[in-house]
Amino acid sequence: MSTTATSPVPGTPQPGTPQSANEKAPAVSAKPVTWKVPVLLSVLGVVAFIFFGVMGPNQTARFGISSSGDFFQLPAIQVPAFLGGIVLSVLMLGLAAYAVYLKTRNEPSPGWLPIVFIVLFVAAFLIWVVGGARTPSISLAGLIAGSVTLAVPLVFGSLSGVLCERVGVVNIAIEGQLLGGAFTAAMVATLTKSPFIGLLAAAVAGAVVSMVLAVFSIKYLVNQIIVGVVLNVLVSGLTGFLFSTVMQADKAQFNSPGRLPIIDIPVLSSIPVIGPILFKQSVVGYLMYIAVIVVWIGLFKTKWGLRVRAVGEHPQAADTMGIKVNATRFWNVTLGGAVAGIGGSFFTLVAIDSFTKEISGGRGFIALAALIFGRWNPIGAFFAALLFGFADNLQSIVTIIGTPVPSQFMAMLPYLVTVLAVAGLVGRSRPPAASGIPYIKG
Amino acid sequence: MTEQDKPQHMADESAEGNRDTGDLEPQDRDTQEPQATADDAAAATSLDTAGGAMQPSAVPVSAQSGTVPGGPDTLVRRIFTGSGMVSILAVLLALILGGLLIASTDKQVGATASYLFARPSDFFSAVWTAATRSYVALFQGSVFNPRGSSVAVQFAPLMETLTIATPLITAGLGVALAFRAGLFNIGAQGQIIMAGILAAWVGFALHLPVGLHLLLVLVAGIVGGAIWGGLVGLLKARTGAHEVILTIMFNYIALYFLRYLLNTPAFQRPGESNPISPILDPSAVYPQIFGTQYRLHLGFVLAIAATVFVWWLLNRSTVGFEFRAVGANPKAALTAGINVPRATVLVMAIAGALAGMSGVAQVAGTEKVLTDGVAATYGFDAITVALLGRSTPWGTFAAGLLFGAFRAGAVQMQIQTGTPIDIVLVVQSLIVLFIAAPPLVRALFGLNPRKKKAATAGKTKTAATTGGAA
Amino acid sequence: MVRVLKLELRGITKRFGSLVANDHIDVVVEPGQIHCLLGENGAGKSTLMNVLYGLYEPSEGEILVDGKAVTFRGPGDAMAAGIGMVHQHFMLVPVFTVAENVALGAETTKAGGFLNLDDTRRKIKEISDKYGFDVDPDALIEDLPVGVQQRVEIIKALVRDAKVLILDEPTAVLTPQDTDELLDIMRQLKSNGTSIVFISHKLREVKAVSDTITVIRRGKVVGSADPGASTTELASMMVGRAVSLTLDKAPARPQETTFQVKDLTVIAPTGQHVVDGISFDIARGEILAVAGVQGNGQTELTEAILGLQERCDGSILLDGQELLGHSVKEVLRAGVGFVPEDRTVDGLIGTFSIAENLVLDLYDQPPFAKGISMSPAKILENAKSRIGEFDVRTPSGSLAAGTLSGGNQQKVVMARELSRPLRLFIASQPTRGVDVGSIEFLHKRIVAERDQGTPVMIVSTELDEVIELADRIAVLYKGKLVGIVPAGTGRDVLGLMMAGLPPESAAQADTPHTGTAHADTAGAPKPAQASTSGAEGGDHD
Repeated sequence: MSTTATSPVPGTPQPGTPQSANEKAPAVSAKPVTWKVPVLLSVLGVVAFIFFGVMGPNQTARFGISSSGDFFQLPAIQVPAFLGGIVLSVLMLGLAAYAVYLKTRNEPSPGWLPIVFIVLFVAAFLIWVVGGARTPSISLAGLIAGSVTLAVPLVFGSLSGVLCERVGVVNIAIEGQLLGGAFTAAMVATLTKSPFIGLLAAAVAGAVVSMVLAVFSIKYLVNQIIVGVVLNVLVSGLTGFLFSTVMQADKAQFNSPGRLPIIDIPVLSSIPVIGPILFKQSVVGYLMYIAVIVVWIGLFKTKWGLRVRAVGEHPQAADTMGIKVNATRFWNVTLGGAVAGIGGSFFTLVAIDSFTKEISGGRGFIALAALIFGRWNPIGAFFAALLFGFADNLQSIVTIIGTPVPSQFMAMLPYLVTVLAVAGLVGRSRPPAASGIPYIKG
Repeated sequence: MTEQDKPQHMADESAEGNRDTGDLEPQDRDTQEPQATADDAAAATSLDTAGGAMQPSAVPVSAQSGTVPGGPDTLVRRIFTGSGMVSILAVLLALILGGLLIASTDKQVGATASYLFARPSDFFSAVWTAATRSYVALFQGSVFNPRGSSVAVQFAPLMETLTIATPLITAGLGVALAFRAGLFNIGAQGQIIMAGILAAWVGFALHLPVGLHLLLVLVAGIVGGAIWGGLVGLLKARTGAHEVILTIMFNYIALYFLRYLLNTPAFQRPGESNPISPILDPSAVYPQIFGTQYRLHLGFVLAIAATVFVWWLLNRSTVGFEFRAVGANPKAALTAGINVPRATVLVMAIAGALAGMSGVAQVAGTEKVLTDGVAATYGFDAITVALLGRSTPWGTFAAGLLFGAFRAGAVQMQIQTGTPIDIVLVVQSLIVLFIAAPPLVRALFGLNPRKKKAATAGKTKTAATTGGAA
Repeated sequence: MVRVLKLELRGITKRFGSLVANDHIDVVVEPGQIHCLLGENGAGKSTLMNVLYGLYEPSEGEILVDGKAVTFRGPGDAMAAGIGMVHQHFMLVPVFTVAENVALGAETTKAGGFLNLDDTRRKIKEISDKYGFDVDPDALIEDLPVGVQQRVEIIKALVRDAKVLILDEPTAVLTPQDTDELLDIMRQLKSNGTSIVFISHKLREVKAVSDTITVIRRGKVVGSADPGASTTELASMMVGRAVSLTLDKAPARPQETTFQVKDLTVIAPTGQHVVDGISFDIARGEILAVAGVQGNGQTELTEAILGLQERCDGSILLDGQELLGHSVKEVLRAGVGFVPEDRTVDGLIGTFSIAENLVLDLYDQPPFAKGISMSPAKILENAKSRIGEFDVRTPSGSLAAGTLSGGNQQKVVMARELSRPLRLFIASQPTRGVDVGSIEFLHKRIVAERDQGTPVMIVSTELDEVIELADRIAVLYKGKLVGIVPAGTGRDVLGLMMAGLPPESAAQADTPHTGTAHADTAGAPKPAQASTSGAEGGDHD
């Protein structure tokens, strides 16, 4: 028997000699380290160095931190754009080099590395954009607060995705759930003259959309992606139709929901930057934080979560343990819809106080992207949604301060990032094994 | 074990020799099945039956074959039940529900509802009037307008239907073809846009001789769509990224790219601040088939040609065989020597090319300029078209005509009755939902669902068990 | 703890549409017994057990526990009544830990629904200690070898206080040594008062451990047998006619060696050397059987030859021509016939017609295609003759292949691969999940191919099949070649070799119970769960 073939990879267990038959199971060998991350980081590092560094603008970028009403005032950060770009991109290149070095030693990059890299990249990008603007000054606090605000529906949408996919049902209908929620919130809040009842109705509407998804995919075994796609069209048509026939006919009676109040927690809300994010939100905003935490704890720490994940990974196993697979799926998908519905109410009860056609504007699909970028984890999805909210917000700010970057490219960013993500930037993200596959007993 | 213990027929058979005995059971079973004879009759169309009966999009590829022989319920159920009837009923049901929706927002209906119990007949006649008025307008706007002053005018709606159906058909074919290879091409929208960009640019920026110019426009559009689709295929084949996510993202990337271009000097019409391109050269647009009075253009003929091509590709070519094999069971395809990554890239490229023809039909046929609304919602409608057409080429063609009629008629309907065009979206999506769930439709129409259900369940199980059992 | 349970099935009938999977079956499982259900693939054993476990509702008949009729609406009811089941394909969530899997469905919680896995860990440890299982509650299932996974399944049942344990074909994935251990565990469980329903078609194991044997054929009980009955007796009862357990085949007349594998190494995506420096050759007119427990590199070996493995090292020569580095298509064109181990996954396209499946790897060759244009008529014509030649039981070649029985499906695959002139024939698990009649037919065809002067390589995890077909036997263990031994080598020696002992030591240590075989399957690079799925397919599930 030849053993000369290849040098063994470190961490690969050598097949044990038969005599040592009592040895324990061999440790599973480390997953092979791919070139994906090091190469990608290097490329981005070089791009950053050339564009943000060498070709960086010569102005000084100014980032305001405190707003005038804040409890205590902090001075604005002033960064010479050129120097800042050089320093940050060199740091990025350093990280990329470290990743390459680890790869040559066949070790995977640690989890923090890409995250730090992304933070640096975003910072450098920001300095570059602001530094190159006609008025090189923005309010950082405003930027971040705005990002969180824009992320609210995305977070709810991606949580809906998490709840559905974890139980084994692909939810392409997030867009429809958001839109349905938005419409119903406006309509009901106007009719009852209470935004809070509108909020509740939005949850119900989202749940109803989800129930259709659940019934068709679970009972009638229709492909889940098909149902999702078609539901989006259906909700878009329904809300568009009713908007044109009912709401437009009598706006005061049907489409003047009023806004949910912003609840300002005194003192805490005046903390610079984080104050407005955490302590000056609408009910929907506070619900978002609660929902993320509750879903995370629920999924990973409770009996309910264990069962949900089992159904999403190996429904047959769950069935043989006496868990009702399809009922579990049905109620989780419904719950997911309710969550997305609440997110939809953001459009008509928080952002603006009326409904218009297609008000969700494709955010359901960005939420879907956030779900994948966040690796089917509520916390991950939350941060991914924040990142996309940031890009969305930056796009509008960039238009205002007048930078050379076309706003269309900013708008494109979340989608590009998602393509990179699904193509392997975020490592091997594994969706729940049974996601998308109907469960047929027996 | 003695001979007496065996059922009679078995004893007879086993006397013949060893090798027969084992397989008696399935044989018996098969002869019991009425389906066997039915399929026997279809033997003439052998390849089409086997390939064509497959509902690739209905079931995730992973479940289409493999551990569950015969596939999950839906698949088998659909093969053996009268799908044509279900399709018709689904359309009918969707129209009824759409009609109820129209009626529910109708003023007259609302008024009569207030005294519903006093004079219910008023209410119901109001409902009937509201719904039928809209549908009559829809029909007159899409097929035949009896109030037209001449035959030409009377048939103008039909021409309009065919015009609108053109991009629906080709984009629908793109979606359907990908479905057959087990891929969800949600990206027709982006593919249309990229095709539109290239085709339009060739059309207004280059000035070439008649004939050559149009040909180049067509080629540019097809290439644009093929690249945008093929790129998805490439990413899928290389990285395993899911094509649904990729195509959705690519749609948005294409849209923002188009919006960016329309703000650049190269694409913006001189002296115009709106994002709109120059008009395409006359040498770069499709000729109108029946004269200038109708918008119907050469693109429709090309759509028919594309349908024939896709039919041939799927049913009579080795490439199509590969596509279908990859769609039905990629692992078996791989083992049989089929290059699955290549097939993935190729099918997405061809799908993109077909969607690209829609882009050309838009810029070189219907619109003659490039705006950011070049794709309208054709890319998304294409998905419902392909689903309604059950991913077969001629089914898709027919579904494209139907939805084209809806679109064309809806415009007239809105003008005449004030019913918003959005009703078309509702009806369209309901049709697809119902068609995908035949048991629901049968139950709603009371087509003795119990009996049918039991029968299908039986067949399904038989297939599933005989599939794996010895 | 002394609560013992008597289980009775009375007149159980289960119909799926027109198909009767179980026909008035009566079985009585006495307390504290090992009761074996013996039957061929597809005889209806698993269906019956799924009825008993509450997964199916019986069409007729009743289940009695301690004399009282019960109705199980789901597995939950069955478990509550004291019935546990270890499925042939393990019902374990791969990404969960052992503790999570054991807890699932019977979770202990703290206030507020929070999981209390410590409680589960304690219970696992208790049972683990009692039976000497050595299972780490916090290990991920996907990291565990198959043998250990099976123990987790047993723990799952015991934690739920099962009084009757159903074991569905539990030895299919085990080495002979692991099997012996399992049989020991079964005896131990029995002595602790647990009744066992043991489902198997392997006569030796059945004889070794059963107290009572009920034989099932075509969904009916055909009688009961004494464990002391001879193997031939049991076999003919199971099959329904006299079976010759040995194949008539002429001795091999090997000619020149045309197929050589040299220092072949296959590296899995995980970085593991799943095939590790293997060298062997096969002569024309000879059958080399590759034996080994599932998951010791056999799959990867055949895939490497076919060109399906990405990272390979070494050399594979057919008639002096290198196969490595060529595409699957090129390898097939070079004259390699390949029957994959799992026909439903790799061998057939269930939704395609039989005719199309018969040209699955020839579709682009004349006469079936000219250029890229195919000829349906030729394909149908071909189907007619193949179906006749291979005795495929079907009314028409245009039926979907998925509607065929396992045996007929396998005949389709075999017919396709043997339909062109071959220079090498490889068949993986050629008769898995196939009825006895088809097995005989398929074996004869394989031998016939050998006698035509083709080098033949058979890969099988069934020792019986290996012994029956082989002219020489190669044994794989953890991706390495343990040795190549002549056809007459004893079963015990082969068993030890399958556990990794080199042939010389195996011959010396030729005692049936070495007791050291604990980690036999430890080398399995992946759980056999996935790779065996569909193999059974037989029992109506």
